[in-house]
Amino acid sequence: MAIILALGIGLMMAGGVWLALRPRSFSVVLGLTLMSYAVNLLILMSGRIDRRVPPLALPGAEDLADPLPQALVLTAIVIGFGMTAFLIALALKALAVNRSDRLGEGAVPPGDEGKD
Amino acid sequence: MGDWPILPVLVPFVSACLMLIAHGRLPAQRLMALVSAALGLVAAVQLLVAADAGTIAVYRLGDWPAPFGIVLVVDRLAAMMVLLTALLGLPALLMAMGGADAGGKHFHPLFQLQLAGLAGAFLTGDLFNLFVFFEILLLASYALLMHGKVGSEPGRVRAGLIYVVLNLVGSSLFLIALALVYGTLGTLNLADFARLLPLVAEDDRALVRTALALLAAVFLLKAAVLPMALWLPPVYARAPAAAAALFVILTKVGVIMLLRLSVTGFGDAEVAAGLLMPWLPLLALATIIIATMGALAASRLVEIVAQLVLLSAGTMVFALGFSSVRGTAALLYYLPQSTLVCAGLFLLAAHLEARRPGLGDRLVRGASARGRGWLAPAYLVLAVGVSGLPPLSGFLGKLMLLQALGQDGWRLAWWGVLLGSGLAVTLVLARAAGPLFWQAKEMVAGPAPLADGLSRPAPLLALWLLVAAGPLLVLLAQPASDYARAAAEQLHTPQTYRDAVMPAGSSEAPAMRERRP
Repeated sequence: MAIILALGIGLMMAGGVWLALRPRSFSVVLGLTLMSYAVNLLILMSGRIDRRVPPLALPGAEDLADPLPQALVLTAIVIGFGMTAFLIALALKALAVNRSDRLGEGAVPPGDEGKD
Repeated sequence: MGDWPILPVLVPFVSACLMLIAHGRLPAQRLMALVSAALGLVAAVQLLVAADAGTIAVYRLGDWPAPFGIVLVVDRLAAMMVLLTALLGLPALLMAMGGADAGGKHFHPLFQLQLAGLAGAFLTGDLFNLFVFFEILLLASYALLMHGKVGSEPGRVRAGLIYVVLNLVGSSLFLIALALVYGTLGTLNLADFARLLPLVAEDDRALVRTALALLAAVFLLKAAVLPMALWLPPVYARAPAAAAALFVILTKVGVIMLLRLSVTGFGDAEVAAGLLMPWLPLLALATIIIATMGALAASRLVEIVAQLVLLSAGTMVFALGFSSVRGTAALLYYLPQSTLVCAGLFLLAAHLEARRPGLGDRLVRGASARGRGWLAPAYLVLAVGVSGLPPLSGFLGKLMLLQALGQDGWRLAWWGVLLGSGLAVTLVLARAAGPLFWQAKEMVAGPAPLADGLSRPAPLLALWLLVAAGPLLVLLAQPASDYARAAAEQLHTPQTYRDAVMPAGSSEAPAMRERRP
């Protein structure tokens, strides 16, 4: 279980980084989304993937998972969701204003639209 | 002390919500914004007075004891930064009332959320809560940057997109660091973190060091230090003036958080040894050099000011690397005046832009700016303040920085870079004054009517408030430097912070709290 999760996080992060380094805003949005998935899983894993780490040493609380990472990841998901929404809106605005979805200073030369 | 510590966060938050109810009614929103700014200022002054007595006030949200709940901690440093936020917020707000807030519907709520995020980031004693406040202030800053009609400014949209993408990557790194901290130390409370850091198990050392390095990298991205500095000038140069003035303190959030983390958090823990030295001062020096070169190459006044923000970030981060009481005291004395003066220059650039039809604040000869008779003295005061010339407090700040830092062979590099950049900045600002104020050609065509309301009383008052800050800080130099020294001494005895957040009696609770694998 742990090794699958770790590999999944690593793969998603790698894919996210690769996409985020592309010069076009659509792939960057996708890349950042993938990265935030990987990060959310990592936060969840920081509470360990078993049920023997209760947050408080209460009698009878033996068979509980640590709820704090779950609360943290919920917050992170909500924030990431809002940020992604804003980023998409901004990328659309940039596309409309610049007539190009290329990031950075140089616009795409005419006739070069399809290529990366 | 009661409930005062929560007020700098709560007041702007509540007023932002009320402003949404007053949706579309600009006069009502403006009134609420002014009331909120005034209340925030009162709360900040109250916090500062209480903190200056030397006690560290701790506000437990929901009355949960420290490592379990979130705490707000008011020490001298936090109180000072909250007051600075309030002092900067008022002129920025007045400036916005010159018409920038009419460009869209939600300027004032966003502005209040930005203030709430800033105050929360300075006050919180919990690392995850810090992340949340960071995101609040960043989201507000994205929206303020893009505020108004941006359709005619492709450069602003492009710079904004890059700013947002960079900060989202920064947020991901922040979360990774927090996950590693919680996974290894089992806490996110800063005081508890400081207590547990020297006790890290041998197996976890590599993970903890990675987490600490990531945290430092995130704060350096916010503070805009090389190699993560070049996003700042295009963004700040294109933001609306009122927003840019407030953004000046955003880079200081990164500096202050890194200071807090490295002094209160790291302490003398062996696992954090060598994380910041010697590369942090080197990067800071490189930042100062790049910013100076950028200022020399700039073709508009706002671009110069944006580079000066970068320069002051580099100056402060250099002081941070050495983690000495005197260096921190100098940093804390230098920070407020540098912030207020840079904000003032942003406002001045906007005033000039409105008064030079067709030329804006570009450094080219042209028709003289109307009202330059009073803009020129304002420019002189701000320029003297920012370039660190006597008699204004920029000089005192630089003097303290020069005296406090530069031991162990750093002296030549530090003195050379700081004095050299000071000389270059003086030249740049003097050269800029030429086309802006002196070499004005006589007008050929009739003057275009002033399109915006920057000649109304509120934006003028905003500018003069910030211009007055420089001379005022000279008059208050003694109390201000005493306060900075006391704040630095309090910061450099992290035990007091830890004892305030987690009183001695409660320290058994964390020990039996968890059975970490």
